[in-house]
Amino acid sequence: MYGWLWRNIPGGTGVKLVTMLVLAGAAGVLLWYFVFPSLEPHMPVDRATVGR
Amino acid sequence: MRSLLRTCGELCVTGGLAMLLFCAYLLWGTGSYTEAQQSLLKRQLRQAGTAAKLDRIRLGQAIALIKIPRLGRDYEYAVLEGVTSEDLRRGPGHYPGTAGPGKIGNFVLSGHRTTYAAPFNRIDELRTGDAIVIDAREARYTYRVSGTEVVAPEDVEVIAPVPNRPGARPKEAVITLTTCHPEYSARQRLIVHGVLSGRRERRT
Repeated sequence: MYGWLWRNIPGGTGVKLVTMLVLAGAAGVLLWYFVFPSLEPHMPVDRATVGR
Repeated sequence: MRSLLRTCGELCVTGGLAMLLFCAYLLWGTGSYTEAQQSLLKRQLRQAGTAAKLDRIRLGQAIALIKIPRLGRDYEYAVLEGVTSEDLRRGPGHYPGTAGPGKIGNFVLSGHRTTYAAPFNRIDELRTGDAIVIDAREARYTYRVSGTEVVAPEDVEVIAPVPNRPGARPKEAVITLTTCHPEYSARQRLIVHGVLSGRRERRT
């Protein structure tokens, strides 16, 4: 998967490296701001109230 | 075959990293939302002053500040009305229908233990006699911790007007804090009880 990405990203080693890092960062931002907030309410951690 | 195995391994490692990131999000990422909401709620409290009457409190509205000197001089959270999960993301919540601050009966607050700024993270450190200060609009109430207990999530007796005596008629003003226990779990609840020991009118 990563090997395939590396081979298919254009440019020299430096450009490839920067592109990979940007892609990883974008994936992280997507997870942190969109995926995790929608996932969190379904996690069985930290229920503070009693009853119900 | 070999590339299939490699892809599988890469996916597993990536998934593991994503899960680690999710843990970091739960512990620290959720706190930034709470902090932003807390400053909104505190501003609400400052603006309202003593004008708003307690009996006109709406769900989601800030009702008081909670301060616990044992947990640090700058321990201060705005308490809001309501205990839905959306309410508790914004800060410690007051159970609608339980007594108001300083009133006869049980003033019950719930707060997160590990996520969303974890306002009640360290309430297990409270000892008998420790002060829990509630700055309500009309007065400052000081409660003294009278005991702690660990109960099952469905044990609603702890929030009865007289804690653990459902149906009994309350004669004194008490406070109850509830949060999850053990940390990072939803298996039990940690409960801290306190009794009102002082009231100081707010000068305006």
